[in-house]
Amino acid sequence: MKDPERVVIAKECCKGCELCIDACPRGVLEMSEEINSSGYHYSVFANKKDCNSCTLCAVICPDMCIEVYK
Amino acid sequence: MGEKVLMRGNEALCESAIIAGCRFYFGYPITPQNEVPAYMARRLPEVNGCFLQAESELSAINMVWGASVAGKRVMTSSSSPGISLMQEGISYLAGAELPAVIVNIMRGGPGLGSIGPSQSDYFQATRGGGHGDYRTIVLAPQSVQEIADIMIDAFDLADIYRNPVVVLGDGVIGQMTEPLVLPKPSTRTLPRNDWVLDGASGRDARVVMSLRLSPPGALETHNLHLKEKFCEMERNEVRYEEYELSDAQLVIVAFGTAARVARTCMQKARGLGMKVGLLRPVTLWPFCADALGALAEQRRVKAFLTVEMNLGQMLEDVRLAVLGRKDIFFYGRTGGSVPDEDELFGKITEVFS
Amino acid sequence: MKAVYERPRTLRDTPMHYCPGCGHSIIHKLLSQSIDELGIRERTIVVAPVGCSVLIYNYLDCDGSEAAHGRAQAVATGLKRARPECVVVSYQGDGDLAAIGTAETIHAANRGEKFSVIFVNNAIYGMTGGQMAPTTLAGQPTKTTPFGRDPKEIGPPLRMCELLSGLEAPAYIERVSVHDVKNVLRTKKAIKKALKNQIEGAGYSFVEVLSMCPTNWGMTTRQASSWIEENMIPYYPLGVYKDRGKERNAK
Repeated sequence: MKDPERVVIAKECCKGCELCIDACPRGVLEMSEEINSSGYHYSVFANKKDCNSCTLCAVICPDMCIEVYK
Repeated sequence: MGEKVLMRGNEALCESAIIAGCRFYFGYPITPQNEVPAYMARRLPEVNGCFLQAESELSAINMVWGASVAGKRVMTSSSSPGISLMQEGISYLAGAELPAVIVNIMRGGPGLGSIGPSQSDYFQATRGGGHGDYRTIVLAPQSVQEIADIMIDAFDLADIYRNPVVVLGDGVIGQMTEPLVLPKPSTRTLPRNDWVLDGASGRDARVVMSLRLSPPGALETHNLHLKEKFCEMERNEVRYEEYELSDAQLVIVAFGTAARVARTCMQKARGLGMKVGLLRPVTLWPFCADALGALAEQRRVKAFLTVEMNLGQMLEDVRLAVLGRKDIFFYGRTGGSVPDEDELFGKITEVFS
Repeated sequence: MKAVYERPRTLRDTPMHYCPGCGHSIIHKLLSQSIDELGIRERTIVVAPVGCSVLIYNYLDCDGSEAAHGRAQAVATGLKRARPECVVVSYQGDGDLAAIGTAETIHAANRGEKFSVIFVNNAIYGMTGGQMAPTTLAGQPTKTTPFGRDPKEIGPPLRMCELLSGLEAPAYIERVSVHDVKNVLRTKKAIKKALKNQIEGAGYSFVEVLSMCPTNWGMTTRQASSWIEENMIPYYPLGVYKDRGKERNAK
């Protein structure tokens, strides 16, 4: 089985609050162009190579959309 | 038969509550029921119970919710103005189907009113009292013995129906000292407490609430379930006592202290050949409408006389039961006054002539 | 790879009804994590009074009791006294705790009731659509203070930590915030401490959490975070207002 990515975002539960974008010290996350089924732009794990699994995005996420692996 | 003891109504009800297994009391001082918290404050610690004087009646009734949701037998007591403050909590208890016993030793109103005995909370008690579609069983004792006996029942009924039960006394019954035999604990089989909150250990988590937002119609469904319970109470729990009704031409309807005065007058009238009987509702809700209706059907019954310590509240229920079939007269005293024997006897004579 | 951050056991896998960027969801998560870490899920009872968070019992997988508006600490008092072995948490908003339930709050604190209170202060009524709260800041516009709260008319905002720390009985009083990651981590510590205090029988523990309400503040989530930093924290300073455990250790 393939290991999961460092950051796994459940895009359907994201409400697009962008708190994770501000929380990430390395600018790893971006907002999507598309919207999810609730009509929100959602957070996307974009600059994957810069991530060090610090978990800060998950810590601030109000909707528990983000899981972090190391 | 147990030993006869001499107790005040307010104290007898406490001792009886303890016999019923009540170990939690939350309340706030108000005359004429101050002997209740005083007795509980001294007595509950002796049986490893908890007495707490709350900061208000509002708090007291919500502390009652707390102990009730924890699955413990719990009560509060107050008098009319304090009971008004508790109505919010009583509505929530009914909505969430939580058992509790609430004693109201009524005093005169409206407002701060007086500290004299009264029955003017009849409407409030028998119509639910707070907001929303609900009822509470209302038990109305007429003596110290009966208030003690009723407490045992009140806790059982609260548990059986998962609904608040109101014990509606008045200042006379609370303050009066009479001999009584303390009741025995109930031996009734009670329903399982499978809703109690004690931590979700080895079971699914439970929630106790009155808020029902979803799915659409959830509250209506719940209220219809409550209605079924209320109908069951109406079928099973109507209680009343009959005195000299077999040949009565005039039927007096009275409860609590007013019924005692009425009974004395009834006997006096009988001594003078007037065929007077008395029907004394013990449950004010559910109300003995069928028994009254049956009396209204009898040809020998000419009229009804409702006697209350208010301006005519139960009178409306008597009218609904009699449905215009017979005349209904009323004698009442208000503002903390007790019916006067001579006045009431005068009224009986007047009705008979 | 191993999971280093995942959903706590106590937090149900259910979408929460809160608006985007609402602090309640973060605080629910922190409470769930604390319950998990202390291993008390099976003896925790959360008391949920009226406010946006009344549905907290749908999100936490532990026993829950509703309370009427403002009466959470009266309910918690009855519950904790009847079930001292349980961990009772009263989770309240500012309208509930500091307006309609002020008496219940002060008296439960003054009795030193042995439960934990989480007080979410977002300076506004959320559930009813943005009316003035007892904690609404001076000048802050709301539906019922359309020209901004005027302290000359209705008094300055209530500071509950300061008010309660004047009482003898409470064991622990702290004000924290969830407007950024650093503060979220501090809030987690405070909530966990409030629960731990209860387990150890230390007495009344009170954690005030400054929290965002972007919807009713009429702000983006980013603006809401900055607004806490720039406007709320200067009036509601963060920190420990009372810690009897520490005082004991220092003696």
